[in-house]
Amino acid sequence: MAVQIAEVPDTGAGPDRQAFKPDLERIEIELLLEGIFRHYGFDFRAYAYASIRRRLWKRIEAERLPSMSALQERVLHEPAMMEKLLLDLSINVTAMFRDPSFYVTFRQHVVPLLRTYPFIRIWHAGCSTGEEVYSMAMLLREEGLYDRSRIYATDINEVVLQRAKAGIFPLERMQEYTDNYMRAGGKRSFSEYYTAKYGGALFDQSLTKNVVFSQHNLVTDRSFSEFNVILCRNVLIYFDKTLQSKVHGLFYDSLAMFGVLVLGSKETLRFMSHEECYQQMAPPEKIFRKVR
Amino acid sequence: MPYSIVAMGTSWGGLSALTKILGGLPEEFPIPIVVVQHRSKDSDRLLAQLLGDATPLKVVEVEDKDALCAGTVHVAPANYHILVEQGYLSLTTEEPVRFSRPSIDVMFTSAADTYRSETIGLILTGANEDGASGLAHIVKRGGRALIQDPKTAEIPIMPEAAVQAVPTAEVLGLDDLAARLLELSRGAATVDRRTAV
Ligand SMILES: C[S@@+](CC[C@H](N)C(=O)[O-])C[C@H]1O[C@@H](n2cnc3c(N)ncnc32)[C@H](O)[C@@H]1O
Repeated sequence: MAVQIAEVPDTGAGPDRQAFKPDLERIEIELLLEGIFRHYGFDFRAYAYASIRRRLWKRIEAERLPSMSALQERVLHEPAMMEKLLLDLSINVTAMFRDPSFYVTFRQHVVPLLRTYPFIRIWHAGCSTGEEVYSMAMLLREEGLYDRSRIYATDINEVVLQRAKAGIFPLERMQEYTDNYMRAGGKRSFSEYYTAKYGGALFDQSLTKNVVFSQHNLVTDRSFSEFNVILCRNVLIYFDKTLQSKVHGLFYDSLAMFGVLVLGSKETLRFMSHEECYQQMAPPEKIFRKVR
Repeated sequence: MPYSIVAMGTSWGGLSALTKILGGLPEEFPIPIVVVQHRSKDSDRLLAQLLGDATPLKVVEVEDKDALCAGTVHVAPANYHILVEQGYLSLTTEEPVRFSRPSIDVMFTSAADTYRSETIGLILTGANEDGASGLAHIVKRGGRALIQDPKTAEIPIMPEAAVQAVPTAEVLGLDDLAARLLELSRGAATVDRRTAV
């Protein structure tokens, strides 16, 4: 094929056709992930292949390395390269009141349940930089439930947890968040929740009064409490099906009976280990109640 | 059957072009179809519904790890990228590529890397240049490239960029694309039928 275009941006596509040996490449990738696991303890072995592959190729291109094996050599011998790769492999994109209709449904269907509890325990698994946690804290406060709630917000990535704790988010996204907030059924004025400070939007620190941020790895760490609500949105999409199913076991074990599991808007429980233990509360929202 | 996936990309004007093409395919079309159409990040399942009304094929909005199925059109949801895996689709929220999420380039590239010469890529009407490098990648991996003739496109920018990136692609008028896909699915025609651009 003579087709060659000047610039192939940002695709993480890997080598040209002549050099492309997908079976060999899979071996190289599996070896690399195995090496990372055994040497550093980070377990990406059961992450979704296409996404991992794309991220690895981006790093290879950025470092101008010739091959997957060359990346392996660097990563295993240079902790600094592992640090870079960790950032590459964690996709932290998030937003306040992402999928506003979810929050509307949560207010309508889950809040009435929560009102019947004297004390509410919530787990945000894979909370990234915390926008989702602040959103939930606002909702609970507006519903008069915040003071009896305790929120555990966890992520594998320490860097994003530090940002979540600081509670300073980019000012330029406030317009979008205000819009989301209103469509999510917000009851106040969104601007009451933050002040422009330190070059960003500093959020009301009392929103995190009942929040505990801590590192937790869904792949290797265990259940650490029993919860009434577990939110894990847009995290499991980065895992393969087997790992997804395993993590669903962890969630099942960590949920109280009649507790609520929330997934991302394009995630499902289909074919998961505990599919039949849940009832979807208000389709199409991905809110599931543990019923057995 | 030589092909395992048909990857389609479009933006502006895509609904009517897709309606036309998918409407021209039979229920038992044997190759799974994956569609990326740019749209606003809040748009809902409407696109899948509208397409579903226009074709005998089954149309579904993709959920994470959905199996690729014959007779099915898998439509990218708003605000996620689609990655093609062996036999199924994964979603990711990685940053937009060239301002687009879903990105046609991202989907095409992963389709090509997974299914190589068993991939058909088709670029339709659209108002930006997304998809051109993805289509080139499909060809690089030995797959087949089709482009809607820009003259028959509501907005020619996207197919023009694709023609420029992949001069060897087959360029066909909107009315001929369904028939050509059908032909390719039967593994019959191996000779290119190109219209002059
Ligand atoms: C795309 S973000 C989702 C953020 C938020 N839940 C949302 O939906 O907007 C995915 C997060 O999952 C985290 N993550 C990935 N693997 C993980 C693991 N094994 N354990 C815990 N968190 C993980 C990443 O660090 C990242 O912050």
